[in-house]
Amino acid sequence: MPDDPAFVERLRAGDKEACAICVREHSANIYNLALKLTGEPAAAEDVLQETFLSAFKSISRFEGKSQLSTWLYRIAYNAVLMRLRKRQVETVSLDEPVEDEEGVPQPRDFADWSENPERALLDAEMHRMMDDAVASLSETLRSVFVLRDVNGLSTAQTAQVLGLSEEAVKSRLLRARLALREKLSAYMVGRAAEAKR
Amino acid sequence: MNKDECQHLLSQLGDYVDGEASRAMCEEIERHLADCENCRVVVDTLRKTVMLYHTRGPDPVPGDVEERLYKALDLKDLG
Repeated sequence: MPDDPAFVERLRAGDKEACAICVREHSANIYNLALKLTGEPAAAEDVLQETFLSAFKSISRFEGKSQLSTWLYRIAYNAVLMRLRKRQVETVSLDEPVEDEEGVPQPRDFADWSENPERALLDAEMHRMMDDAVASLSETLRSVFVLRDVNGLSTAQTAQVLGLSEEAVKSRLLRARLALREKLSAYMVGRAAEAKR
Repeated sequence: MNKDECQHLLSQLGDYVDGEASRAMCEEIERHLADCENCRVVVDTLRKTVMLYHTRGPDPVPGDVEERLYKALDLKDLG
């Protein structure tokens, strides 16, 4: 429904119920993107409000060339970028894995924890660790990873939101995934050692 | 284990893990994996890493944040 032209028309007409549906459908993904990229709940809330206020105000400019969700993500991402630039935070992590000439990080950890059942892995401590691992990525890798692997956008949608080529999205996604694999592997080894004590 | 082969495999892993690699590329990667324990572990744990983040998905918007959002958008009665 949210990409149906009739639904977009309702948004254009200022239909409050349609606006509420749009918010219900997309707010978690927008908030999550903003939170993961800014690292600050207050900034994420500002971005969330700004995104929908701006979207509903300028919905007449939405031409339907992309999906509504992609358009909303673009507004949110631009709002995040403005905040990051204002802060001028140095986001390149010092402990990112060593990269080879082509920019693919070299694996350093070869512990096999792939057989661990997911239910046993996804506890509160693991959630925190997974969040910290994403936060340690550089902004360029983090934005691609969150859109693709957390929010579930396609490669094409991610490229549209970030203004990148699909090849660049794929390359950054692989680097992000390999970096996160290293962090998760190190954590799993520590967790297994602790369980043995 | 041939280091050049491992490096070549690494650069192709994105499409392979997403199930978007060509048949020829899959066969090439799987031939290498059959002989290289380290790369097999990297592929398996990379898949698991992606699956864990997929399974977890985005966190819900906290209740108070959602309430203020609906208020700011003048949608309070529809939240």
